[in-house]
Amino acid sequence: MDTQHKFTSRTWPESPEKTTLEGKNKFLGFWLFLGGETVLFASLFATYLALKDKVPSDSHKLAADMFELPLVFIMTMLLLTSSLTSVYAMYHMKNYNFQKMKTWLIITVGLGLAFLGFEIYEFNHYVHEYEHTFTSSAFGSAFYTLVGFHGGHVVIGLGWFLLLLIRNSKRGLDLYNAPKFFVASLYWHFIDVVWVFIFTVVYLMGMVG
Amino acid sequence: MATQQSTSANPKVNYKYRRNKARQEMRTQVTSFALMIFLTLIAFIMVMAGFDKYFVLPVLLVLAAVQVVLQLYNFMHMSHKGHEGVALFLYTGVFIAFITILTFLTIVWW
Repeated sequence: MDTQHKFTSRTWPESPEKTTLEGKNKFLGFWLFLGGETVLFASLFATYLALKDKVPSDSHKLAADMFELPLVFIMTMLLLTSSLTSVYAMYHMKNYNFQKMKTWLIITVGLGLAFLGFEIYEFNHYVHEYEHTFTSSAFGSAFYTLVGFHGGHVVIGLGWFLLLLIRNSKRGLDLYNAPKFFVASLYWHFIDVVWVFIFTVVYLMGMVG
Repeated sequence: MATQQSTSANPKVNYKYRRNKARQEMRTQVTSFALMIFLTLIAFIMVMAGFDKYFVLPVLLVLAAVQVVLQLYNFMHMSHKGHEGVALFLYTGVFIAFITILTFLTIVWW
């Protein structure tokens, strides 16, 4: 089937993301990539756990002294909600409702930006209030590498959504861009999966000790 | 994949059925979202309440694991057909991840 073919909501296939060969390959390749990402984040988590609270002197702050749960809670809610809004976007994608899909993706991007804003505030706070920097201790390096890598993924995810939205804003849905939107939303969910472990392992377990 | 093709071969017949199915699935998604929020609340409250460390830590990890399963199987549609290869990749990744964390922790701590 031609990827530029125009559909209606009645002729739109049930799984548009996997109807074309390109879509199928994209889908498979993307999950392969996620398997690799899992390993990448595992090594960062392992490094963090091994180096947590490893500071050169008593003047350095430890995890339990710095972390503020209300802030982390707000960030968690923002990212979790953005995961749901991108599910809504894919729901409308499958129903061939391009406008609603765009609206929900824009909401997702907004929530992601809010999350990023809080994270920047948090890092800025640690650096200026507690002198907890990337080079101040092994703990600092491990913390900023792990959480910063996740933040970097959020930036890439936001850029991905925005580029897709701008690039396809006037095109409408077809079998060429449906897999692209679908894969971007999978990536966004994966970012949320990683965050679930970050707020659990880094922040909550960090507060417990 | 063959089954998916057959349902879209005559979409007009299946249109209502598909719409209904999508709506029902969306309801499941919202339910699992509510569940995730609930699990997150439990996790935060447990830490803020200051329960015993050896009680809180394992429970936190279990709560996280449940949330991740909800994300993968509902939000990332792994409950749908045609995800066998996907599951293989992901579980291989998780397995290596587990070994990685175990290795780092045991080498540094023991």
